[in-house]
Amino acid sequence: MADTVQNSNPENNNNNNNNISAYYQTRAAHHAVVTSDWLAQAQAAVGRDPDDSPETAVPTVAGKPFSVIDEFNSWRKQPDLAEAVAAIRALAAVIRNCQATTMMELEIELKKASDSLKSWDTTSISLTAGCDLFMRYVSRTSALEYEDFNSAKSRLIERAEKFGEISCKARRIIGMLSQDFIFDGCTILVHGFSRVVFEVLKTAAHSKKLFRVFCTEGRPDRTGLRLSHELAKLDVPVKLLIDSAVAYTMDEVDMVFVGADGVVESGGIINMMGTYQIALVAHSMNKPVYVAAESYKFARLYPLDQKDMGPALRPIDFGVPIPSKVEVETSAWDYTPPQYLTLLFTDLGVLTPSVVSDELIQLYL
Amino acid sequence: MGRGAVAASSSLPGGLGLDNAAVKSAASSVPASGLTTVSVVNNLPIGISEKGGGVAVEMQNDLSTRSKSLKEKTTKAERRALQEAQRAAKAATKAEGGKTPAAASGAVASVNAKSGKSVKPPPSQKMDSATVAASEKKGGDRPPEKDRKKEVPQPRMQYDDKSRVEKAKRRAVVKQRDARNRVELFRHLPQYERGNQLSELESKFFELDPMHPAVYKVGLQYLSGDICGGNARCIAMLQAFQEAIKDYSTPPEKTLARDLTAKIGSYVSFLIECRPFQSAWGMQSDKVIVKHAVTKISDGDVLLTYGSSSAVEMVLLHAHELGKQFRVVVVDSRPKLEGQLLLRRLVGKGINCTYTHVNAISYIMHEVTRVFLGASSVLSNGTVYSRVGSACVAMVAHAFRVPVLVCCEAYKFHERVQLDSICSNELGDPEVISKVRGREDINFLDGSANSENLQLLNLIYDATPSDYVSMIITDYGMVPPTSVPVIVREYRREHLWI
Repeated sequence: MADTVQNSNPENNNNNNNNISAYYQTRAAHHAVVTSDWLAQAQAAVGRDPDDSPETAVPTVAGKPFSVIDEFNSWRKQPDLAEAVAAIRALAAVIRNCQATTMMELEIELKKASDSLKSWDTTSISLTAGCDLFMRYVSRTSALEYEDFNSAKSRLIERAEKFGEISCKARRIIGMLSQDFIFDGCTILVHGFSRVVFEVLKTAAHSKKLFRVFCTEGRPDRTGLRLSHELAKLDVPVKLLIDSAVAYTMDEVDMVFVGADGVVESGGIINMMGTYQIALVAHSMNKPVYVAAESYKFARLYPLDQKDMGPALRPIDFGVPIPSKVEVETSAWDYTPPQYLTLLFTDLGVLTPSVVSDELIQLYL
Repeated sequence: MGRGAVAASSSLPGGLGLDNAAVKSAASSVPASGLTTVSVVNNLPIGISEKGGGVAVEMQNDLSTRSKSLKEKTTKAERRALQEAQRAAKAATKAEGGKTPAAASGAVASVNAKSGKSVKPPPSQKMDSATVAASEKKGGDRPPEKDRKKEVPQPRMQYDDKSRVEKAKRRAVVKQRDARNRVELFRHLPQYERGNQLSELESKFFELDPMHPAVYKVGLQYLSGDICGGNARCIAMLQAFQEAIKDYSTPPEKTLARDLTAKIGSYVSFLIECRPFQSAWGMQSDKVIVKHAVTKISDGDVLLTYGSSSAVEMVLLHAHELGKQFRVVVVDSRPKLEGQLLLRRLVGKGINCTYTHVNAISYIMHEVTRVFLGASSVLSNGTVYSRVGSACVAMVAHAFRVPVLVCCEAYKFHERVQLDSICSNELGDPEVISKVRGREDINFLDGSANSENLQLLNLIYDATPSDYVSMIITDYGMVPPTSVPVIVREYRREHLWI
């Protein structure tokens, strides 16, 4: 393995592999066109992860074989399921398996489970946001509203099941909302692969809009390649760019569409590495930057700058061996501040960045 | 509820009318209309006499004597009546709940028009002007005026408007002096004074409504600027009230709820006269702020703070207790040099500090990673109203792309909007900027102090536009400055009536 892993010095190597963002492994597995050695690494990392996690997971569900993390992992293998939804499904399984007899006990147990989920992968914002959202719902649902504890419990489970549908519906709503912004003859720049952005483009293509799409390559996992494949299937004219050609082509672009891993309280987004620089270039050339994101990605985070969050690491394949003295930036995401974003398309409607915080305040306070 | 409203009802027609509306809406929650109000007016006196004859009779007596005194226009009675009216309005709004103030005031008007028997025809014009003037004097931001304010925002007292100033002076306890050499742009602000009005106030001590000594003391401290900083003033006020309440005993012929609130109300208006521009009074909530703020401090940070903010100090100390490795740059400015006290405390705790004056801000900023500022209030357009100089610090930080974090309790959030620091501000003693403290012999402006051409300006606050603020840390968490109106809207209501 040491010969394929190019990043950094050997003593950090092991450490780095343990820190590889589980979130990006899932993404890679779901929709990446990846090189073989990266896949091997990812699998190796995935293979190692369950060995690490049981120590943290098992004690939370004292003595029982059920583990919320295993549950979560099994859910998130499904390619169309968003991470937040998988988390909520996993929490629903906790409710189903728990032997609590009062709402309070249930809440405590859920809190433990969600904490262990969150700490299992701190790099996934939508996982954290999903857990928080469901916990918020649980604490707002008191058993008093229902005649007894069991009906409250089944109501919670029902709610959690519904969440998967809501997530799919959210994408459809966003697809519909964004149609007013895509006009005939426009050129759209997209970065990486986002299910929501793909839904937007698919809806536009189905409603016979004439537009063309510039896809960035989306290094290092090359998610842009997959998007260009999918769009080609829909007969949308696509042009593939390398990531560094964004500024070069920005003159021709009418709007930028990006997804988001998380939408933070300032109204900014956390997304795949490269989003920030695309937004900066677009802003300086007065092109609108639209973000498509489901509302369950709204997270109670407030990064002040790029280094304000722990980085989500992932290995980068440079194709050639890199000397061990050379440091490699392996962070998988960046933070785009709200002043570079024009609008956010969410299932709550088309929002300006500043409304995100208003929605979060109303949701969590 | 009905009983409580009656007990708090006022001698003035407006107040009584509002109470009627309140009682009515509490009873039936049907929107107020002229027709139903008439029946309420007819019913109410009966209701009172049924419930507690004594109180009702006493109220009637009060009513006649007070309306007489109102005619005589004695300032004292006017003030008292005004307070009562405000209190009644407050009670009414409370009972109203979510109902629109327009409905309530409509009801008042109809009551006034139709209940000519027990109450004198409402001297509504005079009443109105009195309220307007008073609220101007008080900065127009206290809850009693709230229902009015929703319709039309009250203008602040313009101190260059001579007739208004005269009126306000006649009413005021603290006599304001005319200052020489006002700075043209800031003529509309109350000019700074100190010293001789203290003795004047002292001589008035026994003329005033019996003011509790503790409250009186705090008032004098405000006046002389001995208590500095919004939180310190707030704590001092609450402690004084605590003492006053401790010493309080209900006078034999009065009810507690009524008399005590009247007393406290008069204390509050006294304190506001001593210190007119204090938009924030409330409760403490620093712990939550500290908890949020320390998450934004990481090892190796260089934090810059300006002046001395109690919230920022707590944040820094807590981060230090958590073992975070950081350095603090304390930026200070003349003439108050508050930063020195902060510096002394921080260094005493073993925090690595740098001390500099605001003149060096652009020099020091490039090594700073976070700027923490306190605020005296945050306005609803996100403007941060704070110690003069904060705006300069925030702008320089913005130019250097250093995030600016404002630590501010949510009780300091204010629904007012302000675009600059000119239209509302406070003027400090102009003398101190021309002198060096502790060195009376140094005064380079000695000969020219009386010159017509020299105008000294010592502003106390300035307004930082929200563009330069990255984040506001409050007890509700970390919010962007654009979300201040949401917090004001969502949480003001529940705090208002505590």
